[in-house]
Amino acid sequence: MRDFYGVSLANPMMLGTARFPSPAVMEAAFRASGASVATVSLRREGQGGGAFRALVQRLGVPLLPNTAGCHSAAEAITTARMAREYFETDWIKLEVIGDADTLQPDPFGLLEAAETLCADGFKVFPYTTEDQVLAARLVDAGCGVLMPWGAPIGSGLGLNNIHGLRMLRAAFPDVPMVIDAGLGLPSHAARAMELGFDAILLNTAVAEADDPAAMARAFALAAQAGAAGAAAGPMTARDMAVPSTPVIGKAWL
Amino acid sequence: MAPCIIFTRCGRMPDVTILGAGVAGLWAARTCLAHGMDVRLIDRAGGPGAQGCSWWAGGMLAPDCEGAVADPRVVAHGRAAADRWRDVTPVTTEGTLVLAPARDRGELARFARRTGRHRWLSRAGLAALEPDLAVTHGQALFFAGEAHLDPRAALADLAADLRARGVVVECAAAVPEMFRGPVLDCRGLAANGEVSGLRGVRGEMVVLQTEDIRLARPVRLLHPRHPLYIVPRAGGVFMLGATQIETEARGMITARAVLELLSVAYALDPRFAEARVIETGADLRPAFEDNVPRVVARDGVLHLNGLFRHGYLMAPVLAEQAVAYLTTGQKGDLVHAN
Repeated sequence: MRDFYGVSLANPMMLGTARFPSPAVMEAAFRASGASVATVSLRREGQGGGAFRALVQRLGVPLLPNTAGCHSAAEAITTARMAREYFETDWIKLEVIGDADTLQPDPFGLLEAAETLCADGFKVFPYTTEDQVLAARLVDAGCGVLMPWGAPIGSGLGLNNIHGLRMLRAAFPDVPMVIDAGLGLPSHAARAMELGFDAILLNTAVAEADDPAAMARAFALAAQAGAAGAAAGPMTARDMAVPSTPVIGKAWL
Repeated sequence: MAPCIIFTRCGRMPDVTILGAGVAGLWAARTCLAHGMDVRLIDRAGGPGAQGCSWWAGGMLAPDCEGAVADPRVVAHGRAAADRWRDVTPVTTEGTLVLAPARDRGELARFARRTGRHRWLSRAGLAALEPDLAVTHGQALFFAGEAHLDPRAALADLAADLRARGVVVECAAAVPEMFRGPVLDCRGLAANGEVSGLRGVRGEMVVLQTEDIRLARPVRLLHPRHPLYIVPRAGGVFMLGATQIETEARGMITARAVLELLSVAYALDPRFAEARVIETGADLRPAFEDNVPRVVARDGVLHLNGLFRHGYLMAPVLAEQAVAYLTTGQKGDLVHAN
């Protein structure tokens, strides 16, 4: 299994910490799912919030601060540097938003920020599209992980471009990849893992479920099932039926 | 600080000392008086005011709406709040309207699924309640039993009622160790460190004034990114709120919060663009991890704290459970005692 900057994850699920009804519910979701990484937002939830930081640190999993809400490379770089100090980690989930409505990544700002942050010693997890050219540039810049989107953030649409994601996976067989954003159902998580991705990252689908802990567990089970299926070597889909019992030698009636 | 004993005006120890004259402390005092106790009430500012987060509340008594995300205990206890308040201050029971922008109607269905005691309104039904909103919205959820009050008037009315019964808020910075006898510590975040697990959750508000818009009841607009509530008050005043940020940073409202609150209000009714901004505010709400208020018994002190965004909804029942525990040892479902 591919690792993330030297860290192997026991459970291929990363979970966000925003939008939960309460910190107690958030903690229950982490416990129920065994999610192995917690993403945290610095821009609005970190600064000055010692109590909330203590709560996420108590989860006992590596923290992945993000630059959510940043709309320029400069803003994302500043936020990343603050996050490094605040959360004492050089991991950063790099988000540079290009469109306020769709929250899709700005590929140009993303690359610019990734180059600066990688040179500055950060271990960058770039939130990107399934675009292969951009992915190659990000890897060249020093990104050791890619985080392609499944669908727009918070949309719950699942994997919007299966073909593009499969191509991306095939193009970078050695780069660990996390499907980030857009997952709405556990089946989406299973599908992502069946495609050979290394982990999933989600937040809204769990935090806004009626029972967040139960939904978190459902996603974790689905991700594990998908990963197990991918590792077991799936059969090839065919257009024609193939009987599982031989027809030759069957009695003529 | 050396422990000291401070005697009441009549020279004997009070039955109970209450620290903090926000919504929790005032209700604690009222409830103790109702149980025949001799009460002493001490506040660092000498009474309710801008130093306490009760000052910045919306004043919605909306237990069923809160149930979309809040613990069932908040819903159950909160349903009794309006009746308690009616003995103290004017309470308006016109219900709550919940709306969603056209492209986020799914949010309305989800909200309906997670709450109770509501009914769906068509455009005609909405027009009968709030004609202006029916122009832009064809569907709404109506929580007919919910109520609202003016929080600052309510605090003043509570304090005036206590004064009439002989309890005057004393102005002093006090901590529980200074007193012998039972202490009800209702200081909110000022008690941070003495009661464990407490954190601050920032809230921000904008107050607008306009004669052009009439609303009889609070309106909640569901929006995946920028939820908003608007609470109408007398004199064409509207309180806008909803931000809930996991930070303990103090300081004035941010430009972002103002932008978000105003733009969502503008989307609800464009005439809000012509309203005057008469006040903005920001403060920290005390909260425990489950965001449910508690009575915590510790070292002879009862901490009534963590009222989060449910101060006006939960202060009456929290006071009742604290006094019940104090007088009979009965542990209500909000009491945490070993």
